[in-house]
Amino acid sequence: MLGYAMAIAVQIGIIMILTISVNLQYGFTGLINFGVVAFYAVGAYASALLAIAGVPVPLALLAAALIGALAAIPLGAVAVRLRAEYLAIVTLGFAEVVRLVAQNERWLTGGSSGLGGIPRPTGDWPAPFDALGYVALTGFVLLIVILVIRRIVASPYGRILQAIRDNLEAVGAIGKNANRFKLQILAIGGGIAAEAGALQAHYIGYVSPEQMVSHQTFIAWMAMIIGGAGRLAGSVIGAAVVMLLFEGSRFMRDVLPGVSEVEMASIRLALVGLALILFTVYRPQGLAGDYNSR
Amino acid sequence: MILSAERIVVTFDGFRAVDDASLAVEEGAIAGLVGPNGAGKSSLFGAIAGSLRATSGRVVLEGHDISRDPDFMRARRGLARTFQVPREFSHLTVVENLSAAVPGQAGERLGSLFFRPGAVRADERRVAERVAEVIEVVGLRAVADLAAGRLSGGQRKLLELGRALLTEPRILLLDEPFGGVNPVLIEQLIGILRGLSARGITLLVVEHNLGALSQLADTLHVMDRGRIIASGPPAEVLADPEVQSAYLGTIAP
Repeated sequence: MLGYAMAIAVQIGIIMILTISVNLQYGFTGLINFGVVAFYAVGAYASALLAIAGVPVPLALLAAALIGALAAIPLGAVAVRLRAEYLAIVTLGFAEVVRLVAQNERWLTGGSSGLGGIPRPTGDWPAPFDALGYVALTGFVLLIVILVIRRIVASPYGRILQAIRDNLEAVGAIGKNANRFKLQILAIGGGIAAEAGALQAHYIGYVSPEQMVSHQTFIAWMAMIIGGAGRLAGSVIGAAVVMLLFEGSRFMRDVLPGVSEVEMASIRLALVGLALILFTVYRPQGLAGDYNSR
Repeated sequence: MILSAERIVVTFDGFRAVDDASLAVEEGAIAGLVGPNGAGKSSLFGAIAGSLRATSGRVVLEGHDISRDPDFMRARRGLARTFQVPREFSHLTVVENLSAAVPGQAGERLGSLFFRPGAVRADERRVAERVAEVIEVVGLRAVADLAAGRLSGGQRKLLELGRALLTEPRILLLDEPFGGVNPVLIEQLIGILRGLSARGITLLVVEHNLGALSQLADTLHVMDRGRIIASGPPAEVLADPEVQSAYLGTIAP
């Protein structure tokens, strides 16, 4: 049971990090990135490949964030000029491109069979401590992400981000280069999503293209909406709620004995969808209250 | 000449909204740009401010050709503007809206944010002082901490004016500053604009309300169907038969 709880804790931490990435981009800056899973994938593969090649895991984790940020630059160079809805489509396409590259570039990614044998930094530790250690590592990364993002959003820099979200054209009129801020936010958001992917890769010990589907993106989007867009605390709360709904619904197994495993997976997804609908109807500002509630 | 727009053409899907219009504004002037609905005033204005791309023509600000500069570069060179429908940052407070407009802030650079926190704090004090001055000029102290989305229409116009002032403009372009504003506030606005002019800021005002504008402007440019049809002192321009027919065509019963 402790092992299960630790595993859930790691997953919750990873989704919290991914949700903060979405929130920084959409909640604070108004950038609709439907392709965060692409950066999650880049981080997962980058960190996995480096660690397999013998780079110490802490360094690989750091490098994953950097590579994730760099991956956003070519995308951003094209996409920052686009209006919000077009950016959404381009990022969705970008995620598909990354997934297809992972699937087809066998020499690098192992193709559809993926990469195995990714070292876990706490792998050699005795029984309860390996899991506990990884929870602590995830918590530590989450804490750093929260501190960095809080510094960014609660600053003159963050003021411009929210100005971009509220009224892009007026940002140019007051002499600020909105494209610079947007590009930097896509990069920072990419780096954070990559970090989430890297943590996942070292935890499971295995990466494959089938983990890199838009399902991951939309879990983070749901968590942001349920928690409250434009509120950092909202991402933490929202991610916990969504993951607990997902995991908690496993126990519906006992209530619905006649349902097959495959059907069960769909039912759980439907349940989370229902929760999202109820939230947008009855509490559109999210649990923490979003930027509209000031 | 602080600003000149030379032979500007703006086309939308083949329609020439601005058709070879030229206009020059003298330093220190209060210039008005008037004309009936659909004359192309806002398009010409957008082409000057850089929010619209002109199909052809040149915009020169203090001797620099700024035709290829994006809007934010024009603003940094001293050309500030307001919008016909105010574009406030609705979820930021009045103070935050104004603070965002102060140029050259250390806290807007990521490097300084993490590695020079002392410089960021010091710069925030400078920003707060500048904002405190301007909030008095535009008379929004009472609503300083209110989200801008909750302001009245007139207050939003004042907020935009304040934001434009904080960019330290040499010339201020105002798009229908009196539109939808109550008469008391119009008087207040005229007072504020005269004060800015006295401080050496050149004004170019697009306006529908000829009454308010002729009280204020020392030069009028009249636009009709994409062209400037007359320029000069208000009394002279309004006596021009071509101008009268352009206006009579639209306001006659």
